[in-house]
Amino acid sequence: MTDERVRAGLTHEEDLSLLHEVSMKTAGVSRLEMCIQCGTCGGSCPAAQDMDHTPRMLFAMLRAGMREEVLRSNTQWICVSCYHCVVRCPQEVHIADVMYTLKGMAIKEKLYENSTAPDFSQTFVDMVETYGRSFEMGLASRHYLKHFPLRLPGMMPMGLGMIIKGRMALIPKKIKQMDQLTKILDHAKQLEMTS
Amino acid sequence: MNKYLLYPGCSMESSAKAYMESMNTILEPLDLHFEEIDDWNCCGATEYLGINLIPAYSLIARNLALASKQKNGTRTVVAPCSACYLNLAKADHYMDERPALGEKVNEALAAGGLHYVPGTLDVRHLIDILVYDVGLEKIRNAVVRPLTGLKVVPYMGCMLPRPDYQHRWSDHEHPTELDDLLRALGADVIDYPLTTSCCGGHMTQIGPETAFELIRRLVADADERGAQMMVTVCPMCQMNVDAYQNEMNNFFSTDYHMPILFFTQLMGLAFGREPKELGIGAELVNSRNALAHIGVEVPVTQEPAAPRKKDEGLPMPRRWTKHEDRKEAVK
Ligand code: SF4
Ligand code: SF4
Repeated sequence: MTDERVRAGLTHEEDLSLLHEVSMKTAGVSRLEMCIQCGTCGGSCPAAQDMDHTPRMLFAMLRAGMREEVLRSNTQWICVSCYHCVVRCPQEVHIADVMYTLKGMAIKEKLYENSTAPDFSQTFVDMVETYGRSFEMGLASRHYLKHFPLRLPGMMPMGLGMIIKGRMALIPKKIKQMDQLTKILDHAKQLEMTS
Repeated sequence: MNKYLLYPGCSMESSAKAYMESMNTILEPLDLHFEEIDDWNCCGATEYLGINLIPAYSLIARNLALASKQKNGTRTVVAPCSACYLNLAKADHYMDERPALGEKVNEALAAGGLHYVPGTLDVRHLIDILVYDVGLEKIRNAVVRPLTGLKVVPYMGCMLPRPDYQHRWSDHEHPTELDDLLRALGADVIDYPLTTSCCGGHMTQIGPETAFELIRRLVADADERGAQMMVTVCPMCQMNVDAYQNEMNNFFSTDYHMPILFFTQLMGLAFGREPKELGIGAELVNSRNALAHIGVEVPVTQEPAAPRKKDEGLPMPRRWTKHEDRKEAVK
């Protein structure tokens, strides 16, 4: 099915398996199946202009079972989690949380066009899994070196400013009971939502 | 009740140290006692949630479990960072809304000898405590240096008033708690329709163009309304508007100078503290001129190297070319 058909609302060939899968993997009760395609979400979104699909359209595609197109969309990566759509949605769909779910699924299936965002998240998670705390200095330098080497010179005044003003720790802090956290996370990684 | 458990969050120890320092100066005058949650860990910000659901919620819930063990006469956890506040509130809420998630998270926590029953704690943001527990009257009474003549826009950010599981705020799109508090300090509060617009969140790091436009809107609107500074309640908002303002200016060939301070820094000033004790001067877009309007002198600190020439723009990686035209348009 083409984007045009979805845009025109021609989603009669429903295939709800993807919708159910996404719902199951979403933190709370997603209410995705309640979406009435009103478009309030896209109209409220401050970042919609940079998205491949508005949230409304993405949800129509979800309903149509367009798995690959949905997971490849940049929409979930552009979403800044501002919850503007969430408080306006007449159906109380957990839109922002669905975006998190879609990121996770896209990462797992390696269906994303641009690796900057997943890499950033993964670098962040690596820091947290090592120290139990986030470490802005390590995060920023690793991320910039890898993805924006050209931006680095432009970032120097800012980075230096942050260091001079004592706003960037040069050494990461580690929590005391790191073993405990590691045990928890290791166990959590083996668990999956089944209902 | 004036005892609380504190979840500071990672940025309060580094990029937002000024927030921590200034917060600590207002506790005593307002008769507040904060006890830090022992051995708390990072909440995962907006990153872990998009990687792996159950570990992400287990990471957050470890803090809730530690806090519920430590209770010590209070069930309220205060989080001064909006992102931390939301994550903690979210874990508490979703573990309850979706019992299957609650069970899995507790299964993981058990591996570390911990457990959390959703609903045990109240998760609240610092400004919520100040406005609704302490009260504006008490705050007004503690003011010894009214901020009369200081023109500010109150910037609440997006993650604090939304999605608001516990209905704590006056409104989701235009809450007035920060306006009221700043007025109680004597400041000249300018109505700011963008008060809950997003600062770009992590997009400053991963999709700078998207973030720059969001920052530009905030700063341009504050400037047009005649604000001398923006006032924030969130480390991420402060970081984005402050530390990336220079880059944003380069990108759009604009020349804004809009300082952004934490509301606790202004409270400290109003309560008679000196800029140095409040971390004032740690901001990259300095607030010296703005504060001169109320007779506060900020000592000159070392400034970062001068910005690059404006007409160069930023060397953007090719994959972000989608909005090259936008850049052209503003030139
Ligand atoms: S606002 Fe809600 S109901 Fe309307 S299109 Fe978006 S998700 Fe669907
Ligand atoms: S939460 Fe995401 S999709 Fe919703 S309005 Fe904000 S940026 Fe747009």
